[in-house]
Amino acid sequence: MTRSVTRLVTTPEDHRIARLAAAAIGLALLDAAIPLPLPGVKPGLSNIVTLIVLARHGWRVAAWVSGLRVIAGGILLGQLLAPGFFMSLAGALSSLLILGGAVRLPERWFGTVSWSVLAAFAHIGGQLALARLWLIPHNGVFYLTPFFAVAALSFGIVNGLIAARLLAGAPSGTSQTT
Amino acid sequence: MSWRSLWRPGDWLVVICGAILCAVSFPLAWQQGRAEKAIVRRGGEVFAELELSRDRRIEVQGPLGTTAIAVEKGRVRVLSDPGAHQYCVRQGWLERAGQIAICAPNEVSVEMAGRGKMYDSLSY
Repeated sequence: MTRSVTRLVTTPEDHRIARLAAAAIGLALLDAAIPLPLPGVKPGLSNIVTLIVLARHGWRVAAWVSGLRVIAGGILLGQLLAPGFFMSLAGALSSLLILGGAVRLPERWFGTVSWSVLAAFAHIGGQLALARLWLIPHNGVFYLTPFFAVAALSFGIVNGLIAARLLAGAPSGTSQTT
Repeated sequence: MSWRSLWRPGDWLVVICGAILCAVSFPLAWQQGRAEKAIVRRGGEVFAELELSRDRRIEVQGPLGTTAIAVEKGRVRVLSDPGAHQYCVRQGWLERAGQIAICAPNEVSVEMAGRGKMYDSLSY
């Protein structure tokens, strides 16, 4: 047997990122399977993973998990490099930017619900900006903004609560995700 | 464990701010399609531009007869038209920019115009 020339050296952190990204990708697929009345409105279940990762492992790992989820989700849903892919990329990037600031908020006062709601609004903000600038260069895209905003608020609260619950239920170090 | 215990004080603040943002987004997003004037055309040429802030009625003479158009409370409609099918009359009030009523037999149309040109439809 010939020895493999290339050898990937993986660290435990790589494994952790891969495992968490896999969970996020699974939820992203579930997300895409849930029928909703309005195009563009999704619960964003995979963001629960992002929130938990952010709380446990910090922003860098969360950015990795989120980025891998967008790319792998795009491949699995056949959306890679299609408009939908760039929409989720724009949403994920703006959420991550906001979350980078949100994690610095005093922990005693602001929990994952705050993070989640802020990220959800950043998500639709980024997507609307991309849609306006690139996909539909017309102010008509903002016509649905109120629905997106209400969806962001409600799903943001729900996802934040689920993340808070999971974080509280399994103290760090003993959970199955680490 | 109750769901309420998962909330921290600042979370309520963020959610309230979010709710305010939602409430504000409704008027902000929906008033931009508002029309500012109505353009009446006869035979393809602009016959009159009606300010929507002032209620008035005008009559346009076409090849078949008189088409009457009324402006009322920022809305416009065709009151009467000599055309056979009365499509433009039955269309009722026009309220948003981009809406148009066309009385084809009499070659009269009235179109709502806002800031900038509106598309008839958008798809992606």
